Amino acid sequence: MATVAQAIRMALAHAEDNLELKDVFGEDVGPPLGGAFTVTQGLKTSWNSPLDERGIIGMATGLGLAGSRCVAEVQFCDYIFNTIDLLKLAGNACWTSMGQYPMPITVMTPVGSGIHGSVYHSHSFDSKMVQIQGWKTVMPSNAYDAFGLMLAAIKDPNPVMFLKPKALLRAKGKKLIPGEPKNAKELKKMIDMPVTKEEQAKWRPKFPKLTDPEIEIGKAYKYQEGDAATVVAWGRMQPIVEDITNKFKSERDIYLDVIDLRTIYPYDWDAIRSSVERTGRVIFVNEDTEVCNFGEHLIRRTCDELFYSLNVRPRLIAGKNVPGVGLSPILEESTQPQPWHVEKEILSLVEEPA
Amino acid sequence: MTSNKKSVSESVKNLEKPVDLTPENLKEIHNLMVQGRVLEERLVKMSKMGEGYFWIGGPGEEAFNVALGLLVDKGHGPDKDFIHLHYRNSALMLALGAPPIDAIRQMKNVETDPYSGGRNFVNHYAKPEWNVVPVSSCIEPQHSQAIGTAHAQSQGRGKGISVVIGGDAGTAEGDFATALVWASRPVNPLPLLVICTNNYAGISTPYSGQHGETEIADRGRAFNVESRKTDGNDVWNVYEALQTAINYVRKERKPYLLELDVSRLHGHSSASGANRVTNEADCVESFEKELEKIKILSPKEMDKIREDWQESILNDLKQVRTEPGPDPHSIFDHVYADKNGDKGRDTLAAQIGLDYAADTAAHFAAKKLKAKKG
Ligand SMILES: Cc1ncc(C[n+]2csc(CCOP(=O)(O)OP(=O)(O)O)c2C)c(N)n1
Ligand SMILES: [Mg+2]
Repeated sequence: MATVAQAIRMALAHAEDNLELKDVFGEDVGPPLGGAFTVTQGLKTSWNSPLDERGIIGMATGLGLAGSRCVAEVQFCDYIFNTIDLLKLAGNACWTSMGQYPMPITVMTPVGSGIHGSVYHSHSFDSKMVQIQGWKTVMPSNAYDAFGLMLAAIKDPNPVMFLKPKALLRAKGKKLIPGEPKNAKELKKMIDMPVTKEEQAKWRPKFPKLTDPEIEIGKAYKYQEGDAATVVAWGRMQPIVEDITNKFKSERDIYLDVIDLRTIYPYDWDAIRSSVERTGRVIFVNEDTEVCNFGEHLIRRTCDELFYSLNVRPRLIAGKNVPGVGLSPILEESTQPQPWHVEKEILSLVEEPA
Repeated sequence: MTSNKKSVSESVKNLEKPVDLTPENLKEIHNLMVQGRVLEERLVKMSKMGEGYFWIGGPGEEAFNVALGLLVDKGHGPDKDFIHLHYRNSALMLALGAPPIDAIRQMKNVETDPYSGGRNFVNHYAKPEWNVVPVSSCIEPQHSQAIGTAHAQSQGRGKGISVVIGGDAGTAEGDFATALVWASRPVNPLPLLVICTNNYAGISTPYSGQHGETEIADRGRAFNVESRKTDGNDVWNVYEALQTAINYVRKERKPYLLELDVSRLHGHSSASGANRVTNEADCVESFEKELEKIKILSPKEMDKIREDWQESILNDLKQVRTEPGPDPHSIFDHVYADKNGDKGRDTLAAQIGLDYAADTAAHFAAKKLKAKKG
């Protein structure tokens, strides 16, 4: 099974051949490294940019203005903050010009904690990104979705921010991408860059012929049907929720209704609404900081529109509202939601008397 | 007639102008410059009379703007030139062929404003047919975006170049350095012409206290970018400078930095009063003196040209006064690219919270009625 990093790499290779993807660029994205997380190894169109995030977003925007498709990378989302006004401009070009300048670009960036990344390799960006209008923002939680959502992002005529949960980049998928070799070792041999310089000099990747699963931006994925409570998660928190879901099913006979949001904006409100109307209980789970968290918006909408369907108060699990994630695991675990926090809160949601 | 033309052209040459412009060229340039000046004066007046909320524009930059508008390879797509404008380039748009009425529409934020549908300030153009990319009020990010259009042009076999324009104060932003860094990379030099229009001010802050470099053009030299500083007020001088720079970028597929001294004849914007200043060079005035001297146009002919534009542009305004404002419910349109005629509407955003637009029409009708009664 492909890892998330391999899945994104295969999507980029697929798009080079089939979707007129012309430029994949960013810091250390081209040879020799192929990206800080190996995501861009062996691609035909990848190149190293100057160490200039504003330039990276500006370059992508200019390519978009010229009607060219690209995927730009910001090496870590912790370094994307000085590009906010350029992201805003990419997001408003279509709107200010009354539709005359669509912006068909994709930007990808690793987000979130979970790799002992300390202050500058643990930030989240989903809650900030939804405040930059005109963009679509996606965040896969597994390799299959990473492949499909990257293709969807590249095909989309609008700017798409593709958030890569960095703690999941090496996680192996559970669902085979159509056309993917079953044997993970075989896949590795085909598409992972060898380790030694001598091997690298001769190396050419052999990307397998894959089929686009046609995942739609804006459509959530229902991981499990259930009546006990609605759990909405995305990115790194989704596999944690899935483990808890399985445990609750087998150990407690509790069936959760679990939604992997996948697209942060425009989010799948229909999926959330129809579930909450049925369960009357809902929790939103993510790891961005909790004040003005995107989950707070979803709670506001739940209260606005579904208040009388609720049996108990809606809940949010998110990162603590502090300036960063500290390096010590003691600090990180006290800042970022851990599986036991999520489990405890879901249980309290399920067990609270109506 | 022919012999007359020749003798005039010779007399132009005899003045040792840096570039040979025919009488027809000169008359065309003059007509466009006057059109630009009259348009800006009308826009300033509109802001003072409450027929628009804010004015910013380019009276004083007509010589540069018209020359550039006539020199670029106008059209759509990477084989043609991309133009990343500052907010002082009305005369450039006129030289490309934009009708002045459209600037008036944008000033009055009516629905018919073809650049932004009443969404943006005046002189914030967007015109894909001519590769004029959306202008933003944000100072300098056009420099970071211009490397992208230039990159797209560097990949093809076409001869298109990208031109980006910004002010002197804006060069302090990182985006100016971004343009120089990315355009001069030895692995992939870019066909990018960076033009700095130096009016020696950023709103109220004088140039003198903010620049350690001897001239802004020196910034290019550090990157081995061909660079030049020259006068942007003299038509022949600025025409030659732009022609040289454009030819270089087009042929060499490499960047060029051109710093031009220009004037700001109505101050920074309506926020600072927009009154006419008298202590700066006026390119229209000096050009007219020169045209009279070399007998291309008489003062009487030039007066007539100005009066005709004044009348025509006033008629434009009268027309625009009859045009409606935007539809209040359109705020959610064009957030995204049009998909099967949905106008790119963000239907999700439209669903969230209260519907303010529902009240807007009634509110404006009541306001109008009150104003009428008052
Ligand atoms: C990023 C940014 N900061 C501040 C402003 C406010 N502002 C508008 S124009 C201006 C001065 C620009 O001066 P210059 O670049 O010399 O251009 P000029 O107006 O003189 O043509 C400032 C500070 C802005 N629009 N954008
Ligand atoms: Mg200035």
